[in-house]
Amino acid sequence: MQTRLHVNGTTHHLDIDPRTTLLDALRDHLRLTGSKKGCDHGQCGACTVLLNGRRINACLALACMHDHDEIITIEGLGGPDDLSPLQAAFVAHDGYQCGYCTPGQICSATAMLEEMADGWPSHVTDDLTGATKPDATEISERMSGNLCRCSAYPNIVDAILAVAAERTRA
Amino acid sequence: MKPFDYVRALGPGDATAAAGREGAAFIAGGTNLLDLMKLGVMTPSTLVDITHLHLDRVETTEDAGLRIGALVTNSDLANHAAVRRDYAVLSRALLAGASGQLRNKATTGGNLLQRTRCPYFYDTAMACNKRDPGSGCRAIGGVTRLHAILGASAHCIATHPSDMAVAMLALGAGVEVEGADGKRRVVALDDFYRLPGEWPDIETVLEPGDLITAVLLPPPPQGRQIYRKVRDRASYAFALASVAAVIRVDSGRIASAALAFGGIAPRPWRDGDAEAALIGEVPSREVFERAADILLADAQGQGGNEFKIDLTRRLLVSVLTEATEERT
Ligand SMILES: Cc1cc2nc3c(=O)[nH]c(=O)nc-3n(C[C@H](O)[C@H](O)[C@H](O)COP(=O)(O)OP(=O)(O)OC[C@H]3O[C@@H](n4cnc5c(N)ncnc54)[C@H](O)[C@@H]3O)c2cc1C
Ligand code: SF4
Ligand code: FES
Ligand code: FES
Repeated sequence: MQTRLHVNGTTHHLDIDPRTTLLDALRDHLRLTGSKKGCDHGQCGACTVLLNGRRINACLALACMHDHDEIITIEGLGGPDDLSPLQAAFVAHDGYQCGYCTPGQICSATAMLEEMADGWPSHVTDDLTGATKPDATEISERMSGNLCRCSAYPNIVDAILAVAAERTRA
Repeated sequence: MKPFDYVRALGPGDATAAAGREGAAFIAGGTNLLDLMKLGVMTPSTLVDITHLHLDRVETTEDAGLRIGALVTNSDLANHAAVRRDYAVLSRALLAGASGQLRNKATTGGNLLQRTRCPYFYDTAMACNKRDPGSGCRAIGGVTRLHAILGASAHCIATHPSDMAVAMLALGAGVEVEGADGKRRVVALDDFYRLPGEWPDIETVLEPGDLITAVLLPPPPQGRQIYRKVRDRASYAFALASVAAVIRVDSGRIASAALAFGGIAPRPWRDGDAEAALIGEVPSREVFERAADILLADAQGQGGNEFKIDLTRRLLVSVLTEATEERT
């Protein structure tokens, strides 16, 4: 089935079986192996990518349903020479051990900070109609869709908090 | 995954026509259906993609209620200004469900129709009347931590996993459905789900090909709105038990009470008698316990879920206490 995917600013024409998930299209057809397959069932967040700016699990999406959509993967956020603020913060704060969950964590956190900037409340926000403040409790709740088998959580939260603080200063 | 034909519907008529095919299923966010298709639990031969139907708006209705398009995502609904302000119990329920990633894809219609998380339903090597009618129920006598204490049958003891639907039930929502004949009808959410009885595979009153087009909420209720969910971890887990409460106290007495429960029954659960026992009463522990007695009169444990009877009682008493506290 003919599908056009706009990934990290490049348009790709793919001829794929309709069963192909967005994750498999990225990894196996476009060789963008930064997005990881942990569980393949929406339970771990390793496959998190940005779909039209929002974070989703690429393992629970069919590529053919995203004809023409804009997708950004970890490769599109930055590379070794131009790290995104979150990528740099994960390095500075040692926000990983094995690194398998890291691309998903960083994609997820990238969109999560936008959600906070847009005033989205979370399960732990006291006032649904008030302001949200990025603290460890909020970050942990909002990042609960990204599991880390190495349990690097404290440093992941620190890295994200550092970027959140920088953003509020700016 | 079994092969399927993919059909992109461009209008509701397209969608219901394609869904009339034998073995067809709608797909919206895909977060439940694709999961089950990968495991071979659901095996549609045609997938009808309804995500291009423009059912993604939240609008105020003529009677000052809300019309929520079937494709509005769980994130957009939870974050909608009118929902946060006037239907807080619904925002709270949505935010207590799944993860940020899943809520961005999950839709209103798909959330209502998500299937149970019974582990035996998920495992095609196990007997399950819901997946394979007439094969038996491996959960009975098995691991039942997630299972029902109310409304179960000898054929199925599974729970409905939605948080959103519990809040919508307490709010008195209606489900707008378009049939294959193109006609739209509204079914009260309270009449939407079926109990398992002998046929747990039939979960709602929908006919084959019926498309959910919207959920309708009545005008904002008065009183305090609370959603409380108890689960095995603090986030990203299904409810062991949950309560949605909309309670109004007037001159020191309970003037109205809407209570819905999740995680304890095959459908979002509501008990008019338990609610009626609260009306006109001065809030007190005894009054709350009496409502719990009525709610749980027919409750039946299934081994590993026995704890849910006490848990639901305490949860209800605690939520009612909070809902009727004088505000400082
Ligand atoms: C790891 C994980 C954790 C989760 N945790 C929670 C939780 O804590 N609480 C909770 O409530 N949910 C939870 N969920 C479930 C999630 O909320 C549902 O998967 C989601 O709401 C389904 O919506 P969807 O649009 O993706 O549905 P789909 O997967 O697209 O569809 C689900 C079903 O609905 C049918 N359907 C969809 N739209 C329509 C329509 N308009 N008309 C008729 N039929 C339709 C489909 O045919 C299918 O049978 C979790 C899911 C996962 C994977
Ligand atoms: S409880 Fe219901 S869903 Fe679970 S195995 Fe029994 S019949 Fe299947
Ligand atoms: S691989 Fe997608 S959530 Fe685990
Ligand atoms: S760093 Fe190893 S899984 Fe997170």
